Amino acid sequence: MSNSKTLFDKIWDAHVVKQKEGYPDVLFIDRHFIHEVTSPQAFDGLRKRNIPVFNPKRTTATADHNVPTKDQHLPIREALSRHQVETLRKNCAEFGVELYDLGHPFQGIVHIIGPELGLTLPGMTIVCGDSHTSTHGAFGNIAFGIGTSEVEQVLATQCVLQHKPKTMRIEVNGKLEKGVVAKDIILYIISKISASGATGYFVEYAGSAIESLSMEARMTICNMSIEMGARGGLIAPDETTFNYIRGRKFAPQGEAFEKLVETWKQLKTDEGAVYDNVLIYNAADIAPMITYGTNPGMGIRITDRIPTAEELKEINEKASFTKSLEYMGLEPGSSLLGKPIDYVFIGSCTNARIEDLRLVASVVKGKKKSPDVEVWVVPGSKQVEEQARKEGLDKIFEEAGFELRSPGCSACLGMNEDKIPAGKYCISTSNRNFEGRQGPKSRTFLASPLSAAAAAITGRVTDVREFN
Amino acid sequence: MSKEKFITLKTTAVPLPVENIDTDQIIPARFLKATTREGFGENLFRDWRYDSESNPNPEFVLNNTAYKGKILVAGKNFGCGSSREHAAWALYDYGFRVVISSFFADIFKNNALNNALLPLQVSDTFLSKVFKTIEENSSAEIEVNLESQSVTLPDGASEKFEINPYKKACLMNGYDDIDYLLSLRDEIKEFDLTHA
Ligand code: SF4
Repeated sequence: MSNSKTLFDKIWDAHVVKQKEGYPDVLFIDRHFIHEVTSPQAFDGLRKRNIPVFNPKRTTATADHNVPTKDQHLPIREALSRHQVETLRKNCAEFGVELYDLGHPFQGIVHIIGPELGLTLPGMTIVCGDSHTSTHGAFGNIAFGIGTSEVEQVLATQCVLQHKPKTMRIEVNGKLEKGVVAKDIILYIISKISASGATGYFVEYAGSAIESLSMEARMTICNMSIEMGARGGLIAPDETTFNYIRGRKFAPQGEAFEKLVETWKQLKTDEGAVYDNVLIYNAADIAPMITYGTNPGMGIRITDRIPTAEELKEINEKASFTKSLEYMGLEPGSSLLGKPIDYVFIGSCTNARIEDLRLVASVVKGKKKSPDVEVWVVPGSKQVEEQARKEGLDKIFEEAGFELRSPGCSACLGMNEDKIPAGKYCISTSNRNFEGRQGPKSRTFLASPLSAAAAAITGRVTDVREFN
Repeated sequence: MSKEKFITLKTTAVPLPVENIDTDQIIPARFLKATTREGFGENLFRDWRYDSESNPNPEFVLNNTAYKGKILVAGKNFGCGSSREHAAWALYDYGFRVVISSFFADIFKNNALNNALLPLQVSDTFLSKVFKTIEENSSAEIEVNLESQSVTLPDGASEKFEINPYKKACLMNGYDDIDYLLSLRDEIKEFDLTHA
């Protein structure tokens, strides 16, 4: 037997505190992020057991899911939302956890602030009571979402009990066509393997197309790993990674940092290491993608037509397929190009970083949005918002008639007042098109920031490659 | 902290033959604002169960008085999407103790097991049989035996299911993971010091 290990195995094995026959592994967690929605019951659990947070320095909190994206300086209007954010405040103060609250210059969507503050580093184990924790894996670490009982485990013991998942390697090789970006790569992969195709696996993304991506683009890819059922996804760290982290607020600095870089360089899959599954795709096959249904696996190239029930591979998927298209008000076999839309949402932990806003600005500069659509641009964090203003992107958005709001999860999940009305179509840069995700009876088309920007101008589903 | 113990259960079941039921359907985000674990059952499957004026949708199975019971039977890939444990709390709070499906999403499975809700995975063929049995007779009782890891239909058709032995012991004895982890505090402390 060879001793070759995958990157995933190396990081996992280095964090196992205890392994016992018949028991899940006790996995030590280096970094824990929390937010207002999935933490209150966990803190309550600590109070009931009368125990402190094991090591408060390893946990960082922010308010994002439930916060308004307008008038953030005012008290939150909605009573329940306000109570939840206040509860987070109280819990963090009582248990000594650092909180980047509304109004703090570091506040933002939890998966955006971790990386931008240098809290997310290679080789770590990272968890958060949120399925898109997989985002952090872009830095070559094991990052995955957990439930509230597990949040309580981490607060109480800095560990979670986990069974080691299987490993999958997804390679994308070659060069991307112009107009095709990271979001299209991941929507393409999910459309190929389905919304459950990677359940039970942890994915390592590799190949020349992945290596050529910026850190922010890599985050977009890892972010949506959960959308194919995977617990998480990771990418081996390289110079792009180290350059991104160097100098960030909470990252080690100077010599200490350069020493770490040397150890991080070892963080890669050994030659000959075996994965439980390997999938290989060609970047040239990927076009701008869009979803037509109510799970992220229901995606097509923007120029393709929606399949018909007869074309589906699995017979027993038909009922769900038909239900989904009825919900979306779409005809099987039809094309989405030219379909009028009502809203454009540019935001979420998938696509609300500065590069995403730059992509949008590059398409809309000097243009005006269609009068038939409403466009919300919700930056992922205070720092992203600041940067956008510094670069003058706010002016471009304003001239285009887009509304630049304050950071939060916003219409990604419609938990605050940013909801897409019933029956309306929204082209969204977020990650989920589930029924009612963006508001009761709302209809979501997932796409890239480029495609969303083009649609904002034309008021229709548009192939950004044909747009100028 | 101790939870309700689970050993066997014999009850009628509620069929929901839809695939890829995500946790946003089980409990929509706008109902996640509570800071306790109780009361989520009221909004279980909210947008399928009620229309926008909060009138019950007569076509949805939870509003059909013919179907009751502590077992929910659902299509493949149940519980995908958001990690919200509120989904497991809502199912439990409503009165379900078992969900039968041919496939569960990972995080949901953990969340359910941490809340005395058994995610019971059966084969596709057995799942079809379960649906058929309930459709033909809504008062058919399904028996779940955790000890022997088996699920049995009234006609005697039975299938074994898998469950991790540790989780099985937790469910049968009503323990939880934190009790176990807290017993390892010293070892973890040491680990914490050596992992800057
Ligand atoms: S932006 Fe959306 S997906 Fe990301 S953490 Fe917030 S709610 Fe979850």
